Amino acid sequence: MHGMHANRMRWILVGILVLAACLLPFVLSSYRVFQFNLVLVYAIVLLGLNILTGFNGQISLGHGAFYAIGAYVAAVLMDQWGVPYWATVPIAGVVCFVAGFLFGLPALRLHGHYLALATFALGISMPQILKYKGMEEWTGGVQGIVILKPQAPFGLNISQDQWLYLFSLLVAVVMFWLAWNLLRGRVGRAMVAIRDHPTAAEAMGINVAAVKTLTFGVSALYAGVGGALGAIVIQFVAPDSFVALVSIQFLIGIVIGGLASISGVIYGALFIVFVPNIADEISKAAPWAIYGLFLLAFVFLAPKGVAGFVQVLWGKLMRSSAGKERAAGAQSQ
Amino acid sequence: MEAFLHQVFSGLANGAIYASLALALVMIYQSTHHINFAQGEMAMFSTYLAWAMINAGVPYWAAFFLTVIASFFIGLTIERVIVRRVADAPVLTLVVVFIALLVILNSVTGWIFTYTIKVFPSPFPEQPLFGPYISSHEAGVVGITLVVLLLLFLFFRFTSLGLAMRATAENAVSSRLAGIRVGWMLALGWGLAAAIGAIAGMMVAPIVYLDPNMMSGILLYGIAAALMGGIDNPFGAVVGGLIVGVVENLMGAYVVGTELKLTVALMVIIGVLIFKPTGLFGRSFVTRV
Repeated sequence: MHGMHANRMRWILVGILVLAACLLPFVLSSYRVFQFNLVLVYAIVLLGLNILTGFNGQISLGHGAFYAIGAYVAAVLMDQWGVPYWATVPIAGVVCFVAGFLFGLPALRLHGHYLALATFALGISMPQILKYKGMEEWTGGVQGIVILKPQAPFGLNISQDQWLYLFSLLVAVVMFWLAWNLLRGRVGRAMVAIRDHPTAAEAMGINVAAVKTLTFGVSALYAGVGGALGAIVIQFVAPDSFVALVSIQFLIGIVIGGLASISGVIYGALFIVFVPNIADEISKAAPWAIYGLFLLAFVFLAPKGVAGFVQVLWGKLMRSSAGKERAAGAQSQ
Repeated sequence: MEAFLHQVFSGLANGAIYASLALALVMIYQSTHHINFAQGEMAMFSTYLAWAMINAGVPYWAAFFLTVIASFFIGLTIERVIVRRVADAPVLTLVVVFIALLVILNSVTGWIFTYTIKVFPSPFPEQPLFGPYISSHEAGVVGITLVVLLLLFLFFRFTSLGLAMRATAENAVSSRLAGIRVGWMLALGWGLAAAIGAIAGMMVAPIVYLDPNMMSGILLYGIAAALMGGIDNPFGAVVGGLIVGVVENLMGAYVVGTELKLTVALMVIIGVLIFKPTGLFGRSFVTRV
């Protein structure tokens, strides 16, 4: 009884949140809408990274690279071939899936620290690869590519920012729904089993290699979709927007939001969008100092992240409301 | 031919710097099996300390040794205060802690010293002393690296403290039973790593100029060097560093161009990890399930 009650409440809450998210662009200034748009973009990327690192236990310090690939795919497609913006998002996802899958193949042989090292190297070398002269014709070299912001379709009477936000929200809802389904199914349980005990997972008949590379691909796909959306929202891509710190920022997002938690990535995304914004006023260095201190604080004090806190609060709330219901039922009898 | 020799020698000089950083990584890896992602930023912070001292009028070599000593204690403190608490935690926790250290050191340095690029002096004379192919700074860097290596060798081979540290790396439990204070040996390893890293930072700063992000690329080469030589072998780290330095320089000059040099490091790292994870001189381990 109690479980169903909590479950129903949870879905109602998700519905309310999505509805509120829909209304957001109509009550906020266009700059705030832009910021919340970035929250959606980062939430998608963080979700991908959390599937890989949180659920499957493969550490990536280089997800900024896949984010960059997604962004560049979208930008080049729009700039060179005039592909409509909405069509670039799935294409970027597929390209990144392939890139992630290919990177995941050698990564299979790497564990823990070594995988972190390899991905760290990928993140650091990405800006140089993007500047590569041989691709300058497409990528615009150091200058990057400027993209035009799309107009709202169907003659809708809303601003470009508002439309783009709603578009990102739609993509985000779809991506979250897919992740939720993936993680609670057979593959998702296999991922967690591999994280917790690879040998036992193998003995249970799970094809560890296949699941791990697949997870890498899926995770990169999410980063790519986020990257494409991010490029469209920011209207600009350049090699120096994809430095190694971007990858680190993503890691910070999932640690603070909560590892292996779907809802956690939203808190993580809110954190990495708004905290630097506030801290920037103190000093240029302050956001990263705060990032670092928060990271340490969360590792030592709250290893389950913000999502862990919320879980505890939610549990208390549900218990007390279920208790009240029971009390009310007893009285009416 | 002359241009080629010049590339080789300056590759060796860069390689000596990578070797020092690799040596620092190996110091920590040997005893704890942690890869310290903050090693580069620790070195960068130390170099800023040296810069501040030199700027305040301290003679170069005095500043050099003071920095090495200060870095030793900073490394020791980081181990005792932060790393110790997560020593047995899952790898992900450790990586996150190292990344946090990296970020904090980077931003604190930027905060104190600003992000403007600074010139860092070289202790070696301007004019080349060792023939036309190598500048005296480059020769000096190689020399200092060799001196550091020799000192480390003497320390580990001929002192009882060095022996205790080696014993700790070999088998911590037995060492503890034999009365070695294992915790302090690990902290000592961190101190040594920080000191060696500081030397690498001070040697590279005259070449790349001083700024808070100067070490990210260097760290990548250091990692590549450590992996190539075998991440648990100090001697291998130095050889790996020299190889990576020369390969990087020759590839940059003749094959891929200077813009893709970091990608060479990436390829070395991934290549070594896949085809020879133990590196050239590393020991392979068999894990029992």
